[in-house]
Amino acid sequence: MITTETVNVQDEKKSAFLGSLSSAFQGVESYTALRKSAWDTLSKFAIPGTKTEAWKYTRVGKVINQARKKSGGNTQINLPEIAIGGLRYVFVDGVFRADLSDELTWQGLNIRRTGESAENNLLGTLSNHNADWFEAVNAAFFNDGLVIDVDKHTHIDCPIHLVFFASEENTAAFSRNVISLQESSSLQVFTHYIGSQHSTFSSVVTEAFVAKNASLKIDKIQEGNEAAFHHVEWTKQERDSRFDITTVTLKSSWVRNDLNIRVAGENCHSSLTGAYLPSGKEHVDNHTMVDHMVPNCESDEKYKGIVRENATAVFNGKVFVRPDAQKTNAFQQNANIVLDDTATMFSKPELEIYADDVKCSHGSTTGQFDEEAVFYLRARGIGEVMARKLLVEAFLADVITTLSDERLQSYCTEKIQQLMHS
Amino acid sequence: MAYAGDDELLEHVTGKEYEFGFTTNIESDKAPPGLNEDTIRLISQKKNEPEWLLEWRLDAFRVWSEMVEPEWAHVQYQKPDFQAISYYAAPKKKAQLNSLDEVDPELRRTMEKLGISMEEQKRLSGVAVDFVLDSVSVATSFKEKLGELGIIFCSMSDAVQEHPELVKKYLGSVVPKTDNFYAALNSAVFTDGSFCYIPKGVRCPMELSTYFRINEAGTGQFERTLVIADESSYVSYLEGCTAPSRDENQLHAAVVELIALDHAEIKYSTVQNWYPGDENGKGGVFNFVTKRGICHLRSKISWTQVETGSAITWKYPSCILKGDHSVGEFYSVAVTNKRQQADTGTKMIHIGKNTNSTIISKGISSGYSQNSYRGLVQINKSAKNARNFSQCDSLLMTDHCGAHTFPYIEVKNSSAKVEHEATTSKIGEDQIFYCLQRGINEEKAISLIVNGYAKDVLNKLPMEFAVEAQKLLAISLEGSVG
Repeated sequence: MITTETVNVQDEKKSAFLGSLSSAFQGVESYTALRKSAWDTLSKFAIPGTKTEAWKYTRVGKVINQARKKSGGNTQINLPEIAIGGLRYVFVDGVFRADLSDELTWQGLNIRRTGESAENNLLGTLSNHNADWFEAVNAAFFNDGLVIDVDKHTHIDCPIHLVFFASEENTAAFSRNVISLQESSSLQVFTHYIGSQHSTFSSVVTEAFVAKNASLKIDKIQEGNEAAFHHVEWTKQERDSRFDITTVTLKSSWVRNDLNIRVAGENCHSSLTGAYLPSGKEHVDNHTMVDHMVPNCESDEKYKGIVRENATAVFNGKVFVRPDAQKTNAFQQNANIVLDDTATMFSKPELEIYADDVKCSHGSTTGQFDEEAVFYLRARGIGEVMARKLLVEAFLADVITTLSDERLQSYCTEKIQQLMHS
Repeated sequence: MAYAGDDELLEHVTGKEYEFGFTTNIESDKAPPGLNEDTIRLISQKKNEPEWLLEWRLDAFRVWSEMVEPEWAHVQYQKPDFQAISYYAAPKKKAQLNSLDEVDPELRRTMEKLGISMEEQKRLSGVAVDFVLDSVSVATSFKEKLGELGIIFCSMSDAVQEHPELVKKYLGSVVPKTDNFYAALNSAVFTDGSFCYIPKGVRCPMELSTYFRINEAGTGQFERTLVIADESSYVSYLEGCTAPSRDENQLHAAVVELIALDHAEIKYSTVQNWYPGDENGKGGVFNFVTKRGICHLRSKISWTQVETGSAITWKYPSCILKGDHSVGEFYSVAVTNKRQQADTGTKMIHIGKNTNSTIISKGISSGYSQNSYRGLVQINKSAKNARNFSQCDSLLMTDHCGAHTFPYIEVKNSSAKVEHEATTSKIGEDQIFYCLQRGINEEKAISLIVNGYAKDVLNKLPMEFAVEAQKLLAISLEGSVG
C-alpha cells in the first residue's frame, strides 16, 4: 500500500535525480517537441518500482540515488584491442571523440552526429518516451549520438564499430542513435559498451529502421564493470527484411536492456539472442518484445545465462501477435544455470496471441550443470576445472556463435572463461 | 479455415439458451443492499456467531475499505458496485428438517434439474452432497456415515457453532483475511460454505462434494471453504457449479483454504459452469476466487479444475509447499467462448526441501474470448532439490479470440530444476479432415480433438466429474470452429 510518506520520499528522490541532471545538462536544445513530451512523462509517472510490472524485478536505486554530472569527455582511455576492421566511432562519457574515430564519410553511407546535424525526422518516432520513465529520461537529456543512413541497394561490407565508453566518476551520459537502412541494403553494426571502475550511468537509445528487403545485424557487447547501463533498441522492419541482434553481457554491475522489434511488413525474419553471466552483486535485466503486426513472419529468440554468487538475472520476453498476423511462427527460449544459493533468476517468458493460425511456443528452464556430463569428461581424463570450462562454453555456444565476426566470438569466449574462473 | 455452413452452425449454438438458466422462486430472507459495519454485524448476528468471529470480520472489513481493487489481470470489466449488492440471502427458515421429503419442493426441483437428485446421489454414487443454495446449506446427507469415522463434513455455519476450536485455529491460516482485495471482502461478509475435517489416519471412503449455486437476483455469493486433512489422512473433494441466467453481473468472491498436515493428501476438483453471459458479453458471473493450500511434511495437494463458465474468471489455486518432500499439483482446462475472459493459473511456492510441483494447463479459446494463463513458480533458498515442471498449452478456435501466457519463474536456489514450456496453435485442420473423411461430422470431430487435447487433465478428475466435464467441453465448444 502506498502511504503519503513513501510518495514523498519518491518525489524527493525523483526531483533530486532530475534536478541534478537538469543542471548538468543545461542548454540541451533541439528536438523540443520530443523533450517536452518526455518531461510530461517524467512529471506524470513515478520512478518505476516493484509495482511497475516492467520494472518489477529491477531496483533502480543504484542509478537514482546518486547525483550525476556531465563529463567533459576528454578522459584518456585505453580502447580494448578488437581489430575487426571497419569504421570505428568512439563516444567517451557521451561525448563524441573525433581523435579516436574514423572519418564520418563512406561510399553509400551517410553518418552524422545527432547533436550537430539538423533534426532527424525519424528520431523519437519509435521509442516509448511517452510511457517508460527511463526512456523519457534519455529523451529529455540526450545530447549526442549518431545518425547512420545506408543508401538503396548498398551493401556495406565493413562493419561499423561503435564504442561507448563510460569512465568518469558519477557522470551520466545520454546518447541517441538512428540507424536507417534503405531498400535492399545491408549493414552490420558492432556496439561495444565499456565501463570503468567508477560508478557511472549511461543510457543509449537506438532506433533502427529496416526497409524492404534490407538486412541489419547488431552485435552488442556490454562490459560495464562498475557502470550502470540502460540500453534500448527499437527496430521497425518492413517487408522481406531481416534483423538479427546478439547481446552479450559480460561483467557489468547493473544492466537493463530493452529490445523492441515491430514487425510491420510481411515475410520478415527477426532473431534475438543473448547471453549473460552476472556474478558478485551484479544485476542483469533483459526485456524483449517482438510485436508481430502482420502475417507470415518468423521470429526466433534464445537467451541463455549463468547466474552466480549474489547476482540477479531477469529475463522477460514477450511475443505479441496481433489479430491479423496469421501464419506467424514465433519461438522463444530461455535457459539458465543457477550456481549458488544466493543467486537469483527471474524468468518471465510471455505469449500474447490474438490470431489463431499461428505457431508460437516458448520454453524456460532453470537448473544446474549436468553432473553426468562432468563425469563423462572426467572419466576421459579431463580435469574438473577443464570439464566445467568446456560445459560453460558448450552451454553458451549457440548464442556466442551468432556474433557475426569470429574475432568477436573468440573475444567473448575468452572473456567468459576468464570471468568464470576468476 | 472456412467450412460451408459455419455461420448456421455458429448461429445454432450461440442461439442456444444456457442450459441451466432457470431460477427458483423461494421466498428469501434478504438483507438490504450495501456494505458497512452494520451489514457485517447483521450477518454475524443472523448466523449467531461468537464474538471473535465478528471481530475478525470487522478487522477484514476495515482493511478492505482501505484497499484498491486490483487491475493487473488481463481482463476488462465494469467494476462491481459493492454498495449495490445484498450481502445476505437465506432461504426462509422452516422448522428443522428430518428427511429430504421435508425440503421445499421448489428446491427439490432445482436440484433435480441440476442433476443432483438427492436419492439418486445417496443410492447410486455414494457421494455426500452438501448442497448450498445461495449461502445456506439446505440438506446434508451421509453426515452420519462420515461421522462414524470421525469425519466432520458440514456447512461453515454449523462448524462455527459445533467445532469453534478447529475453525478458530485454521480459518485464515492459509489465506489471511487481508491477503488480497477479494479475500478481504470475503472474510468480512462470507455467509456460508463447507467445512471438512478428516481425522488422523482416516481415508475418506467417498468423494465429498458441494454444489454451489447463485440463485437470488442481485446477491453476491461469498463462500468460505475450509478443508483440513489431519496427519496421514486422505480426502477427495469435489466442487461443481451452475448458476441461473441473469442479466446483471453477479459477483462471486470465494475463499478456499486447504490444510494438508504431515503425510496427508487432499485432492480438490472443480467443475465450474456458471453463466458466461450472452454472445454480446452482457451478464454473466464474475468469478474472483482465492484458493490456496498449505502442504506440511510429505503431504500432497492436487488441484484439478475444468473452467467453462463465468464472464470473468480470476483465479489462481495455489500450493505452499512448506513441508519437506511435499507435492503440489495443478491440472486445469479453461475454456472461454463468446465474450468470456479468463485469467487463471496457479502459484507454487517451494519452501521445503525436495518439494515437487507439476503444472499442466490447457487453455481453449473461441468466439471473441480472451484466455490467459498466469502462474508463479517460486523456488526459495531453503527449497533444496526442488523440482517443477510446467506445461501450458493454448488452443485457438477462431481468429477473434486471444490466448496468452504469463509465467513468472523465480529461482533462488542452485539445486532446483525448473522447466516451463508453452505452445499456442490452432486446432489441427488435418485432424479435422481425417475425422471428416471417416464420416465423423465436424462437431463431433472437434469434440473428439478437444477431449484428446485436454485428456491429461480430464484423466485426473474423479469418475463422476470426468463424464460431466467431457459433456461440458463439448457443449461449450459446439460449432465454435472458424
